[in-house]
Amino acid sequence: MTIIQAEGLKKTYTSKSGPVHALAGLNLSVPQGTVKALLGPNGAGKTTAVKVLTTLIKPDEGRAHIDGIDVVNNPKAARRIIGASGQYAAVDENLTGFENLEMVGRLYHLGAKTARKRAQELIDQFELTEAGNRPVKGFSGGMRRRIDLAGALVINPKILFLDEPTTGLDPRSRLALWEIITQLVNDGTTLLLTTQYLEEADHLADNIAVIDGGRVIAEGTSDELKAQIGGHRVVVTLVNEADAGSAREILARHGDGAPTVNDRTLEVSVIEGPRALQYVLSDLGQADIQLHDAGMRRPTLDDVFLTLTGHRAEDEPSTNDSEMEKAK
Amino acid sequence: MTALSQPTYESVGSPFAQLLSDGWIATRRNLIKIKRVPEILVFTILQPIMFVLLFSQVYAGAMNVPDYVNFLMAGIFAQTVIFGSTFSGAAMAQDLKDGIIDRFRTLPMSPAAVLIGRTNGDLVINSISMMIMMGTGWLVGWRVTTSVWGFLGGVAVLLLFSYSFSWVMAVLGMSVRSPEVINNASFMILFPLTFISNAFVPIHTMPEVLKNIAEWNPVSALVESARMLFGNTNPEFPEPTAWTLQNPIITVIIGIVVMLAIFVPLSVTKFKSISSR
Repeated sequence: MTIIQAEGLKKTYTSKSGPVHALAGLNLSVPQGTVKALLGPNGAGKTTAVKVLTTLIKPDEGRAHIDGIDVVNNPKAARRIIGASGQYAAVDENLTGFENLEMVGRLYHLGAKTARKRAQELIDQFELTEAGNRPVKGFSGGMRRRIDLAGALVINPKILFLDEPTTGLDPRSRLALWEIITQLVNDGTTLLLTTQYLEEADHLADNIAVIDGGRVIAEGTSDELKAQIGGHRVVVTLVNEADAGSAREILARHGDGAPTVNDRTLEVSVIEGPRALQYVLSDLGQADIQLHDAGMRRPTLDDVFLTLTGHRAEDEPSTNDSEMEKAK
Repeated sequence: MTALSQPTYESVGSPFAQLLSDGWIATRRNLIKIKRVPEILVFTILQPIMFVLLFSQVYAGAMNVPDYVNFLMAGIFAQTVIFGSTFSGAAMAQDLKDGIIDRFRTLPMSPAAVLIGRTNGDLVINSISMMIMMGTGWLVGWRVTTSVWGFLGGVAVLLLFSYSFSWVMAVLGMSVRSPEVINNASFMILFPLTFISNAFVPIHTMPEVLKNIAEWNPVSALVESARMLFGNTNPEFPEPTAWTLQNPIITVIIGIVVMLAIFVPLSVTKFKSISSR
């Protein structure tokens, strides 16, 4: 069953340099109990899409429903079933972790007793005990983020929206948050999250919508998206950088497109992986080019993004991505 | 992590009961803030004491105003509570910047609740300031010469006026990009507004142009009302020529009603459309 449905969402802002089309006809559909990632660089329209779905802004055009409720015409009913956490940890610094969560519970109209019980449960489950009885001011970004996320879960919402949940977190906090999110989803929550981290979408989402210029430009599972841009990649690392020129020629001969060269590492997209690798290795051997490493890899989401949009996803060093891919 | 328990909703009754409940929760947030942020209490307690003592002791001798302390106090009350109302503006701007407004706006709460909480916070701060100032004023010789009702009436107009003004500041706070803008702007506007009035000097001593401004300045009407209600007016001063100063209490009540009638709905409407960044 589809629980989040958006059709033809448009939102245009006026700026000094002319109109900005934050959303330019965005369509979205999320089945119940699944995780959808909106993947795109800064300014792609991810946050605007989430703000429309969480009733924060009204679209200029288009319709959006969550669990059958029209978010534009009936925002109050929508707010009763959603939990949302924005890009910046929305906690009151002067309140303790407990007070923050209790306040959110009261404002969801849980009643005083339930709100307190629920706040304590979340403090325990999210290991926030340290921040439970002290003002949030003075705690780390990771801790604030967790309190903020706990705030989005006060009603154990049917639908959860997380806008760049791990932006600005150190790798350890990021992994910890991933774990929490994974467990939530296992418990049946439907999640829509935005991210500019390709590995994050890959790790958490059942289905990824790649967004650019306020529209979905590609959609599917991680594997489907990778398949869309062709087969494997052949990667070789040379012992001597001096061989790069001749190695490049060999890769170009067997590849489907221009090889990329990064120091001693060369890479090319190929149509039939194993066979292309055989040819490449054989030619490299005949040319007496020594190899440090050679292999095939499946394309990463970064490759997907580059192919679809002509530019890389921002703020993401591509080397980390490939390393994550290899580690898997 | 075990499965999370599914909380159940409690019926909150009518929309009005819900508004009161939400408003109280939001107010409590601001009360905790007053308790935990020392700067606010220092500002609330020390500044009024400082102003009362500075003006009554330093200026009194040089002022050619008989019984300056009794003349002065209503002016200091008015200036302090008006400045106290700017907290709402700065706090709304800060909340917007921090993104916590987005959290509130995704909750099924009354849209007026955050604003009620903010303006109530100002009201509490101003009430504390008033008590401190009245105590300090009494020590340096300020006396109410009317009745208990006059005294209560005077306190009421000062607090109600500043409460209404908090709603004006809340709208401004939601319209600017940063809390600093509010702080600077209120300083630039409120200082002249409170000084070009009858707050610290009698209007008839001013040059003609300033005199006209001061007579029609709403702050003058507020100060004059408080003076009348506390029995601190000086019969030797010439009768004011502006209607607003001849009927200061009516003027202030009209001002309060107009501010609330315009800025309460305006700020709630504004709140329903704001979002961080």
